[in-house]
Amino acid sequence: MKFPISFILGFLLSLFFLAITVISFFWVPYDVETLNITNRLMEPSFENLLGTDHFGRDIFSMIMIGGQTSLSVALIAVGLGLFFGVPLGLISASWRGSLLDDIIMRGNDLIFAFPSLVIAILITAVFGPSALNAILAIGIFNIPVFARVTRGAAISIWTLAFISSARIAGKGSFRISLEHILPNILNLLIVQGSIQFSLGILAEAGLSYVGLGVQPPTPSWGRMLADSQTMISFAPNLALFPGITIILAVLGLNLLGDGTRDLIDPRLKDKIK
Amino acid sequence: MSSYFFSRLKILILSLFFASLIIFFMIEIIPGDPASFMLGINAEPETVDALRKELGLDISTFERYFNWITGMLTGDFGVSYTYRVPVSELVMARIGVSIPLALYAIFLSTLIAIPIGIFSASNHGNFKDLSFMGFTQLGIAIPNFWFAMVLVLIFSIYLKWFSAGGVPGWDKGFFVNLKALTLPAFALALPQASILARIMRSALIETLSQDYFRTARASGLTFFQAVKKHAFRNALIPVLTIIGLQFSFLIAGAIIIENVFFLPGIGRLIFQGIVQRDLIVVESVVMLLVFSVIIVNFLVDMAYLYVDPRLRVKK
Repeated sequence: MKFPISFILGFLLSLFFLAITVISFFWVPYDVETLNITNRLMEPSFENLLGTDHFGRDIFSMIMIGGQTSLSVALIAVGLGLFFGVPLGLISASWRGSLLDDIIMRGNDLIFAFPSLVIAILITAVFGPSALNAILAIGIFNIPVFARVTRGAAISIWTLAFISSARIAGKGSFRISLEHILPNILNLLIVQGSIQFSLGILAEAGLSYVGLGVQPPTPSWGRMLADSQTMISFAPNLALFPGITIILAVLGLNLLGDGTRDLIDPRLKDKIK
Repeated sequence: MSSYFFSRLKILILSLFFASLIIFFMIEIIPGDPASFMLGINAEPETVDALRKELGLDISTFERYFNWITGMLTGDFGVSYTYRVPVSELVMARIGVSIPLALYAIFLSTLIAIPIGIFSASNHGNFKDLSFMGFTQLGIAIPNFWFAMVLVLIFSIYLKWFSAGGVPGWDKGFFVNLKALTLPAFALALPQASILARIMRSALIETLSQDYFRTARASGLTFFQAVKKHAFRNALIPVLTIIGLQFSFLIAGAIIIENVFFLPGIGRLIFQGIVQRDLIVVESVVMLLVFSVIIVNFLVDMAYLYVDPRLRVKK
């Protein structure tokens, strides 16, 4: 099997960020909770790969730890989207044209009208800022995305002959959706999942940047950017490295999604926007 | 045409109604009383009651929802708890920054995306196409607020071509404001342009392989004449859909970008509202944002009628 270049590049980038995040649970080069003012704003060197921040903390270690927040928020938000969106899409497809289908799809359109930032603003107004906000806001926005993709793909499978055979064999809509439709659209959901994961990282960064996401002292890539803004004129590294981290992580996941799609079924290209 | 219009109008009205319900009741479940919050813990109960009455908090939830919604329809968004001025005044003062910023960003992203999309599609598969698509992949991955910070670093701090934030106000002239909004609009436009260019490219590639395009070329039209006359308009349908969907991201992006450049727009108003627990401001501004997304999607649906004449035919 020949792997597309986008798949290889995306896989390596994603693996790198996943690896440094997992490693950060057990080990980081320097403790990020200890302040070392004498060592502040150091340039990149062998001791501090990406330099140090205004409190003398190692930027590379902070990026490793920040990955825990950024990746887990995005991952759980994708999980939320899948958990609610896929069943809604499957229900909608199996009763397509019905009132239920109409209600689900119009409900989707309605949620689409709430940008994730606006959902986060509403949730923050109610419960105050936290990482949970970010998860809920991004997750809620993911639900209609997965519902639409699932419905679209499921409808095309419902027309196939093997589904009619399953019907004749006496299976109901629920069993057909679970045993025949879902396995056939799984590839598509994996690809969409990787795209939503990358969008989730961007959204988390944005929410943390404006203070609606994870709160200090917990580091996240977006928070690191927010902290660096006032120092950008004399310490641009503080903004550059977390920014480049976000770009490479998002790029990696997008390439992985594109590559997986090309690998499993080039025809899927048309179904995913 | 009219049945298409009315079906979209029905969806528009229903969406607005349910959106208003969601926003109102989300804010309604917030624990704590705004009047007590504003007056502090040492306030006399009578004073709190008087303020509750003044703010219209002493009537039933249903009545408040009804008053809020009918007020909004007539342009009365209530009175800000913090500033004690009508919310509509606060919104009007800030909309002069947010709307031009959003329009400028849409203009820039379309200006960048459509030529790139056409160029890439006409060079489909070769090195030029792949390079442009590589750049768009990068553009999608860049957080717009980070890009804004980089723009400030390069163009404001190092080159000193643009100011690092703020707008002088429209009474100071059109071009000074346009200049002040250029970096924010450009930061906002980058991811939009990248997505739009990719959609434009794939939609054009699809139409370029159609029989009618081949016929147009065979009848003697040059490549660009055939694109202009036949392919472009057909490729516009998915592009329009994406512009509509992107509007919601643009709103979210604008709120964040306003923060980077310290622009006194709707985004900053809403954050101040959250910090000061000025719930009527949060409620009304969120409703306005959602309203604008729903209206833009409705307008996009109507634009299909212009782009795709088949929709104008009565079913």
